[in-house]
Amino acid sequence: MAVEFIDIVETSLAGIGTGSLMALTGVAFVIIYKATKVINLAIGEMLMIGAFVFYGFSAGLALPIWASVPLTLVVAALIGGLIERTMIRPLLKDNPVSVFMVTIGLTSVLIGVVELVWSAEPRRLPEFLPSQPVLLGDAFIPSKTAYSFVIAAAAMAVLITVFAFWRGGIALRATATDRAAASSVGIDVPGVFSFSWMLAAVVAALAGILVGSVGGISSAMGLFGLSVFVVVIVGGLDSILGALIAGLFIGWLEAMVGRFMGGEFKLLATFTILLVVLVVRPYGLFGTHEIERL
Amino acid sequence: MSPSDSAAPVRPPAARLDVENLSLQFGGVKALDGIDLHVEPGSITALIGPNGAGKTSAFNAISGFYRPKTGTVKLDGVDITQVPARDRAKLGLARTFQNIALFRGMTVLDNIKLGRHAHLTSGVFGAFLYWGRTRREEMELRAEIERDVIDFLELDHIRNVPVAILPYGLQKKVELARALAMRPRILMLDEPVAGMNREETEDMARAILDVRDEWGVTVLLVEHDMGMVMDISDHVCVLNFGRRIAAGSPTEVRNDPDVIKAYLGGSGDPRKAALDGAAMGEVA
Amino acid sequence: MRVGTAKQSYAADEGLFKTDTQKVWFGLLLAALVLFPLNGSSYWMFLAVLVMINVISTTGLNILTGYTGQVSLGHAAFMAVGAYTVAFFDGRFGTPVLLNLVLAGAVAAGIGYLVGLPSLRIKGLYLAIATLAAAVILGFIFLNWTPVTGGLRGLNVPTATIAGIELATPDRLYWLVMPITVVMVLAAKNLFRTRVGRAFIAIRDRDISAEIIGISLFKYKLMSFAISSFYAGVAGGLWAYLFRVVTPESFPALASIFFLAAVIVGGAGTIVGGIFGAVFMTLIPEFLKLSATALVPWFPDASIYLAPVRNIIFGLLIIGFLIFEPMGLAEMWRRTRRYFALWPFRT
Repeated sequence: MAVEFIDIVETSLAGIGTGSLMALTGVAFVIIYKATKVINLAIGEMLMIGAFVFYGFSAGLALPIWASVPLTLVVAALIGGLIERTMIRPLLKDNPVSVFMVTIGLTSVLIGVVELVWSAEPRRLPEFLPSQPVLLGDAFIPSKTAYSFVIAAAAMAVLITVFAFWRGGIALRATATDRAAASSVGIDVPGVFSFSWMLAAVVAALAGILVGSVGGISSAMGLFGLSVFVVVIVGGLDSILGALIAGLFIGWLEAMVGRFMGGEFKLLATFTILLVVLVVRPYGLFGTHEIERL
Repeated sequence: MSPSDSAAPVRPPAARLDVENLSLQFGGVKALDGIDLHVEPGSITALIGPNGAGKTSAFNAISGFYRPKTGTVKLDGVDITQVPARDRAKLGLARTFQNIALFRGMTVLDNIKLGRHAHLTSGVFGAFLYWGRTRREEMELRAEIERDVIDFLELDHIRNVPVAILPYGLQKKVELARALAMRPRILMLDEPVAGMNREETEDMARAILDVRDEWGVTVLLVEHDMGMVMDISDHVCVLNFGRRIAAGSPTEVRNDPDVIKAYLGGSGDPRKAALDGAAMGEVA
Repeated sequence: MRVGTAKQSYAADEGLFKTDTQKVWFGLLLAALVLFPLNGSSYWMFLAVLVMINVISTTGLNILTGYTGQVSLGHAAFMAVGAYTVAFFDGRFGTPVLLNLVLAGAVAAGIGYLVGLPSLRIKGLYLAIATLAAAVILGFIFLNWTPVTGGLRGLNVPTATIAGIELATPDRLYWLVMPITVVMVLAAKNLFRTRVGRAFIAIRDRDISAEIIGISLFKYKLMSFAISSFYAGVAGGLWAYLFRVVTPESFPALASIFFLAAVIVGGAGTIVGGIFGAVFMTLIPEFLKLSATALVPWFPDASIYLAPVRNIIFGLLIIGFLIFEPMGLAEMWRRTRRYFALWPFRT
């Protein structure tokens, strides 16, 4: 089978499109990890619940897009805050493994809630992105992929700017560096924790809307989270830049493997990469290598 | 003190420890800069120095947690610099930690039993059946630990208590017990009395002297409590900024001008009293 | 009220059962297990067999996660390995049942050993993710190694036959599964009376001290992985004989969460906790099914909400126990016993 160059280019572009969504979800994961040191295994399900809430507003209540999106993000923020207050905060002083397992429980709860309200049937989101395909030179990119890439890129640009310059972003980074010190200079550390979960939920919900508009939504779409773990581990759990680069890379890799080897090899490829990274460089490509002190 | 009259098992001979030209570096920071340390068999040697002098780093390098940049660690003349930490246990090197590193979920008895882990041999299949050799080995272990460690350190009343709920002083003692169960030839104690009150400190000091006298084991300790160091040590080695600045008997060290300077950084500091034998109270 | 238990020898104090009361209770439990089939309901027999299979598997995960502190998100995949091993050997070669079960355990243990290899370098949550990765890769193998695993359609499993007796129904299979469960649970209990088990707990509680004491972290972590997978493999093998068909869908990722939940809810790091957890978690869906049936007159489609409600309850149980009773049902049981032991006094 001769592989045509244009085929490679188109697959790569589509992969980078998906990768940008992985990167965006990865950033949501990193925000939580940076602020609270919690490994949130339910990030894929937070994405899912965001997509379903959007479905509820846009299809269920038939609200226009300009109302559905902000409403979804507000609801997502509330859900994120609720999770943090009721499930995460009571355990923050415990060992990290407990909190990690709480997020596993959360996975199961969120899937159950979605199936209870919307059933396990896959659904389609209302069309809201332009359907005119995008041509980049000779390469043809599906319009939804292209537009969701643009939106994801814009969202990440905003996030990075916020983190760098806004007071709250600085408070978040200070908390990430040293909780006790942050608290002693007057930063409201519990507030930062809540805020980080709310922000992450918003980012994940946005990613969920985009993922859902490209590929439809279902109670199994949390599986997207599996690839996102690979992204954040390859990139380094506490590195936003790492999530960006690894997200684009994993998205590209999955697309290439899926196109040229078959869909069933996608997860195999990503998880093999994951195992290699875990063994060779456990703190990721851009993560902080914590020196263990006795 | 009771137990030495019960037929004591054959104690392994006390070990000699020689550290030569030991250097250690973290990134660009020199934690240790070519220190020498000689610990005579059967002695109590103290490693002292102001905060950040490199005492604990030296300890960690000697016990094999940190890989030194240069230098050798010799146990009875045998170079063990490259031996991994876990294999040093078998050679007779036992240590305790500054901030207690017990197994918090286990009872005192199980913690102490763990000290003997490297000396036992039973494997996983024996363990499932708890039969024959495994059973015998566990029974002997229990009897021996009761006799040599639990009675000796007077821990009988708490043997089945989870260590997590014990008060600080007792936890320190359990950690010493666990180290003793390793049948050490050299015992390394990292701040054995830090955070203890007067009474607990004296109790621990007595325990250390007893261990040396009755077990015939070499003791190397890091400690801030000058009173105790001066009282029980045969030999004192002083570190400052990763270098050895003095070594000798407690009296010699106390009068060494470099040591006085290191501790006082000038003159007229009330801490002078510390070197004269009073407790420094500089508790980690 | 029982004031205390005086013992004459260290052997008595190191015993499997420390008091006569415990011996009596264990005797009663064994008697109950022997007499249980008298109830004559094949539904209850099926449930009993399923519960015991889950007890074995949960005990295995408890050894790894509860005692050694290594979280595994791929436990169900090791069960699948055991189930496929039994299906393959019994189906292809007709080898004896007990041999198949040992092979199931051994193959799972071997793969568990491999999966544990990264634990040399990575720990805690990273390791958990690595086990998840291993489970995904195993799932891929089940689906695609068609000559051995039967691909998407899976494998049929012959009836377990011992000494010419076909164990075709749960009533009969019970007599295979029950003794194996008792033996494996007691073996696990024994494990933690010896240096091997203590080394596991030491690694969980403080790996640095474990190393200083001369415990090889690498060796014991791998051993824990292998033992845990062995238990899962045997459980999976028995599962194959119960359900008689193994497909890639038999052990989904959620099943691993089921076992993790059983360990947490029952009480991580106690053998009795694993048993409680497995029984409790297996019976919850059955209880829900019964409730749904009972609700049908009022909510005709109550049964379609069964799966989601089950997921929500599993999740909430994990979260609730971690927050409010991290030591699980075993701790609640201990408190109850203590209350009665000291009765009429209060602590």
